[in-house]
Amino acid sequence: MAEVHTVYVPRDTTACSLGAEAIAQQLGRHLAMHSPDCRLVRNGSRGAFWLEPLLEVETEQGRLAYGPVTPEQLPDLLAAGLLAGTTEHPLYLGPVDDIPWLRRQQRLTFARAGVTDPLSIEDYRTHGGFVGLKKALSMTPQALVDEVKASGLRGRGGAAFPAGIKWQTVLDAPADNPGNPQSGRKFIVCNADEGDSGTFADRLVMEADPYMLIEGMIIAGLAVGADYGFIYLRSEYPLAHQVLQEAITRAEQAGWLGADMQGSGRDFQLEVRLGAGAYICGEETSLLDSLEGKRGMVRAKPPLPALKGAFGQPTVVNNVLTLAAVPWIIDQGGQAYANHGQGRSLGTMPFQLAGNIERGGLVELAFGPTLRELVEDFGGGTRSGRPMQAIQVGGPLGAYLPAAQWDTSLDYEAFAEAGAVLGHGGVVVFDDTVDMAQQARFAMEFCMVESCGKCTPCRIGSVRGVEVIDRIIADDNRAAQLDLLAELCDTMEFGSLCAMGGMTPNPVRSAVEHFPDAFGVTPESSAGAA
Amino acid sequence: MLNYFDPKTEHTGAGSAIDWTRDYGTPAVDSDVQVSLDIDGVAVTVPEGTSVLRAAALAGINIPKLCASDNLEAFGSCRLCAVQIDGRRGMPASCTTPVAEGMAVTTQNAALAKLRRNVMELYISDHPLDCLTCPANGDCELQDMAGAVGLREVRYGFSGENHLQAEKDHSNPYFSFDPSKCIVCSRCVRACEEVQGTFALTIDGRGFDSKVAAGQDEPFMDSECVSCGACVQACPTSTLMEKSIIDEGQPDHSVVTTCAYCGVGCSFEAEMKGDKLVRMTPWKGGDANHGHSCVKGRFAFGYATHKDRLREPMIRDSIDLPWRAVSWEEAIQFTADRIRDIQTRHGRDSVGGITSSRCTNEETYLVQKLVRAAFGNNNTDTCARVCHSPTGYGLKTTLGESAGTQTFDSVMKSDVIVVIGANPTDAHPVFASRLRKRLRQGASLIVADPRHIDLLKTPHMGEGIHLPLRPGTNVALINAMAHVVVSEGLEDEDFVSRRCDPEAYRQWREFILLEKNSPEHMETITGVPADSIRQAARLYGEAGNGAIYYGLGVTEHSQGSTMVIGIANLAMATGNIGREGVGVNPLRGQNNVQGSCDMGSFPHELPGYQHVGVPEVRARFSAAWGVDIDPEPGLRIPNMFDAAIDGSFKALYVQGEDIAQSDPNTQHVEQALTSLECLIVQDIFLNETAKFAHVLLPGSTFLEKNGTFTNAERRINRVRKVMAPVAGKEDWEVTQDLANALGYPMHYSHPSEIMDEIAQLAPTFTGVSYDKLERLGSIQWPCNEAHPDGTPTMHEDSFPIGLGRFGLTEFVETEERTNRRFPLLLTTGRILSQYNVGAQTRRTDNQVWHDEDVLELHPHDAEERGISAGDWVGITSRAGDTVLRARISERMQPGVIYTTFHHPGSGANVITTDNSDWATNCPEYKVTAVQVEKVTEPSSWQQRHQTFGRRQWQYLEQASDA
Ligand SMILES: Cc1cc2nc3c(=O)[nH]c(=O)nc-3n(C[C@H](O)[C@H](O)[C@H](O)COP(=O)(O)O)c2cc1C
Ligand code: SF4
Repeated sequence: MAEVHTVYVPRDTTACSLGAEAIAQQLGRHLAMHSPDCRLVRNGSRGAFWLEPLLEVETEQGRLAYGPVTPEQLPDLLAAGLLAGTTEHPLYLGPVDDIPWLRRQQRLTFARAGVTDPLSIEDYRTHGGFVGLKKALSMTPQALVDEVKASGLRGRGGAAFPAGIKWQTVLDAPADNPGNPQSGRKFIVCNADEGDSGTFADRLVMEADPYMLIEGMIIAGLAVGADYGFIYLRSEYPLAHQVLQEAITRAEQAGWLGADMQGSGRDFQLEVRLGAGAYICGEETSLLDSLEGKRGMVRAKPPLPALKGAFGQPTVVNNVLTLAAVPWIIDQGGQAYANHGQGRSLGTMPFQLAGNIERGGLVELAFGPTLRELVEDFGGGTRSGRPMQAIQVGGPLGAYLPAAQWDTSLDYEAFAEAGAVLGHGGVVVFDDTVDMAQQARFAMEFCMVESCGKCTPCRIGSVRGVEVIDRIIADDNRAAQLDLLAELCDTMEFGSLCAMGGMTPNPVRSAVEHFPDAFGVTPESSAGAA
Repeated sequence: MLNYFDPKTEHTGAGSAIDWTRDYGTPAVDSDVQVSLDIDGVAVTVPEGTSVLRAAALAGINIPKLCASDNLEAFGSCRLCAVQIDGRRGMPASCTTPVAEGMAVTTQNAALAKLRRNVMELYISDHPLDCLTCPANGDCELQDMAGAVGLREVRYGFSGENHLQAEKDHSNPYFSFDPSKCIVCSRCVRACEEVQGTFALTIDGRGFDSKVAAGQDEPFMDSECVSCGACVQACPTSTLMEKSIIDEGQPDHSVVTTCAYCGVGCSFEAEMKGDKLVRMTPWKGGDANHGHSCVKGRFAFGYATHKDRLREPMIRDSIDLPWRAVSWEEAIQFTADRIRDIQTRHGRDSVGGITSSRCTNEETYLVQKLVRAAFGNNNTDTCARVCHSPTGYGLKTTLGESAGTQTFDSVMKSDVIVVIGANPTDAHPVFASRLRKRLRQGASLIVADPRHIDLLKTPHMGEGIHLPLRPGTNVALINAMAHVVVSEGLEDEDFVSRRCDPEAYRQWREFILLEKNSPEHMETITGVPADSIRQAARLYGEAGNGAIYYGLGVTEHSQGSTMVIGIANLAMATGNIGREGVGVNPLRGQNNVQGSCDMGSFPHELPGYQHVGVPEVRARFSAAWGVDIDPEPGLRIPNMFDAAIDGSFKALYVQGEDIAQSDPNTQHVEQALTSLECLIVQDIFLNETAKFAHVLLPGSTFLEKNGTFTNAERRINRVRKVMAPVAGKEDWEVTQDLANALGYPMHYSHPSEIMDEIAQLAPTFTGVSYDKLERLGSIQWPCNEAHPDGTPTMHEDSFPIGLGRFGLTEFVETEERTNRRFPLLLTTGRILSQYNVGAQTRRTDNQVWHDEDVLELHPHDAEERGISAGDWVGITSRAGDTVLRARISERMQPGVIYTTFHHPGSGANVITTDNSDWATNCPEYKVTAVQVEKVTEPSSWQQRHQTFGRRQWQYLEQASDA
């Protein structure tokens, strides 16, 4: 078998935390001594975290995969002929593209993730990068907005608001603001605060395919008339920070970003600002305050950020995934994107499998399959091997779904009907050993810890919520406390200023409703309380 | 029997339906577009942008609320004001929801009631249950709302996490902070930001730990808090509470009146318990202050009942004798006899009077009338002589009227704001707050001042340029700015050709274009880089609306009048006159400087700025007053002093003025006062001047009388009596008694009758009456047939003199120059907590902020002389010397030192000289060449002053004992 020319070792945070860095160093030394012609490429991750560190070698048959490889296993793998594309080693997984877990996904946004060297503009362009932007530079703002509208793309940050409508508002918003030093400007703000536990899709975009995000933001700028963008980045993402900074510099040097992009006469500047490390700073109005250097505090809407956002000027605030979907949409057309999915849930959604799950990682799918297919077919059930008890979808503010709801189709409307949300696509699995009353308490406690404190239902309600659940657990006047909890949930839902307090009832109520035993509610007692 | 004015019943219907005692939840919105909606079945039409909460309130529908207040932007945190809107999901907060055409709103139903009750239940689960003993009992919005939503139980119990043990902060002398009562509505924080503009308060911590914190979570007194009271006013509970209310309980009635401190003229509700004043609350209906206040007006009223108040008339034959307390009759007769005797012996012109800028218009009018009609001469002058007389002269010659051109609100339409020789955050704090608000909205600021004043440090403001000129070089600076405007084509040619006298303009233009007026040339004089001047001139010249505000740093110079003319020239040349957002605006020091000038206090002008030399004018006054008016202008204050020392001026009646402390060259003033045969002082305290007096007539404070004050924007505001005068008479009654005793009859039964007489005689006042003031709240003169409701903006179509007149403003260096002996320049000013000579504020807890005048100097000057902070330093000028403690300050530029004159023992005016404005004799307080050195004991003047003062206090005590 011939020697391979290229070996890929992922450089993303997850792979590195599993030893990819050590592998890359060992391998580097090895190549220098034994195979100086063989290139070591630090690709991004494909998001198959259960296979990380996932090594790939470039062969005539395509890229062959090995994983998960630990640094200790590397010498053995090398000895077995890694650099010749051995098919004999136990870690050999076959051609990457044939791994069913990957093959069965519909990767539009994550098509390049793990394939390319994240920082190579050449690689990016070879794989379809900047085609959308090239096109966008010759389109009118309205045509761009129309294309996004046609795609049916909805915000992937949680609220699922149609991106095209938001863009239209910003496009139409007057930017003169006499007296404001920023008068005349509009801004694109990328929400990269990724606060939901168990989610990582934003990070994966930034670490594995940063130019895609940059391209999406530039297109957004062209569409609404903004010449400046901010990426508000979660402070716990140092690697993404480093990659983004480098990518921005390279994109500027290559004339894809900055003044007079590609000789078009159009400008777009991009700046990364680090988040304040609070969950609430992912909420868009709070994010804008934080971006401006103030304490992140939720602002009442209206005014919408689209009309009065960053520095008081019209602003698009979109999640990383929303903006990252844009280059594909402009390249292939809104209709092509809308051809995926169903109903009002169009395109694809990057789901993130985490928690007690056998095969965790990023699964990008067109909307439509059921939750069960996702966690069983892709996730392979629990890692502990015990039966699944509950699945929390959509982050810490999402509902716990019991087995009876696992056949719900992955689609915004279907989830809403089930009293649940898709949110940012986080899917966390719990097995039957988990105490759901503690999970409900945890949800209130999370709200208590993360509340910005502005509105009363959330600020005081979350504290009382924890206390009430404690009393329920302790069987202290349980029936009355359960009623009180139900009323508190209503107060928080209807009374809270933002979704932090407003959605905390989701996990709490779903736990109480679907797992009554955990709260000591027997059929008789619930009949009494009803 | 006092007549209480009750604005709650009387003020409504004054052209607007706004009831100032109500809180409409969110601020009024100005829009041409009207939106109609349906609230609980009631059709409501309001300006676009109005909140649903306010729209409902305007329709008389009260939606519960806690965090909303109509002087703060909507915040949306309490969630009590939730409503339901047809076709919309959920229960949006009505404070943050703007109205929309055709919207149908429900404010009350079972679901909303339940939500509100449950939110209230959460509040109360973290609130002490001591309502009955709480100082806010009876005035607590939380209590009211708990009642409104029908809270009956707290199912969470009270054993959960709470803030009931939070520690109190009593550091501020006027209010307490009790965080255990706090509901974290942020109203105080927002008031500090939006209303006051200081940003001293924040919410510290997140979630349940959120709490109000002053500064870096320090006691209020250690923070940047300026004690304006806006937070206390905003607090819906007793978290921030006046100590007077904690001690006394809730007031039982209130009267709207006007503050007697600075020229802003804030309206307050004097809140009373019987005849005791327990709280001054800024009145939202006040046109000058719109419900805001400063530490002086809000809290420093304790002097009115201070033990030092003079309570009985007193007389003596010599200042070396103890006082004799006598009846009013005896005192008045004694005085009249003395005056007549002196006039018989020394001639009619040997006596005179000084009116006060702190007394009412009516009182001032009466004093000058007394001088003119009963004394029979024009020897009347006023303390405006020493502050804003150049404004009168300069504005009258250029624009034709001795007054500022704008309303305070005008600043909200300015794009570029120039502040020259004024320190509004200290001296005109309530106006400064509005100015800062405009700066936060993005207006640019240019400050021409030797000091880096606090306005330049306005949080969140846009562009700010500081022109740190050398004291005494104002005219050079304004000429250089005008030079840039003219040479760079930034003039408003249209305005100049339509509105200004062409010949005067041509001459001025020619003059100003001379190379000697260029910024480059003037740089050596002013010390301000030419580039900065050019930048500032361009900014102002190119502004849509450029406004100039100035203070005593302009007038109190040898070229004070020239500078005022220069300012008017610049405004005319750029067309910044005659509409909102522009203008020339003197910031008046004392509450009624404008009024005392209007009322004919000056020796050459009868009320309404009518010259005594004009026969027709005299004829009208003679007819009204039944006496002949002397055609010759009388003596100005400095002339009176000189004449007294010469022996030709023998008796002086001083009402509410402390010339011995406030006038320059104290030793000269003292010499003049000791030369008098009869000094009659009418004042509320034994002030410095009174120590030289032969007659003491106890005065009444603004709380003890009726009348009017006219503020810096020409606004006539009512002063209403809330308590009986401590010595039994309002000041105007005393003047009237004296006139009668002198044989000149006066028979007014109420100040309104005096105002009626003023209206007959002063052309700019013809439409003013107490009835109209009652109806409109306040009136800005001119108020006459052409402007029946007053004139907010002057000179809209033409000037009173027809065409505006440019005046030539040659820069002439003051004679007060530094040299080897006196290498430093001393400039004087004032600070926030003390007022003028301090007679009032020193008798309040404001002392905690400033209990002594200190000398500020730059570290460089201090270092050179081996002076450290806190050292005693001697300050010597050509006029005298005094000793103050040193403070080292970067606000100063090297070579310039600064002090205040709030404390008599400081002797700040012992050092200031006789130099004065060439046109008006306004003293050159702002420039004195001095030397300073480290010393170990007070100056000899200070020692003498102390001994003399102590003796005079003994004389007073002996009288009281008798
Ligand atoms: C408590 C809270 C936290 C949030 N955190 C995030 C976040 O980390 N990332 C994000 O994109 N959106 C987050 N959101 C949603 C944003 O407010 C906003 O809807 C989103 O940035 C809009 O972008 P999209 O329309 O592209 O989703 C959060 C919302 C709430 C209420
Ligand atoms: S719901 Fe919570 S996080 Fe949101 S505004 Fe209210 S207090 Fe802040």
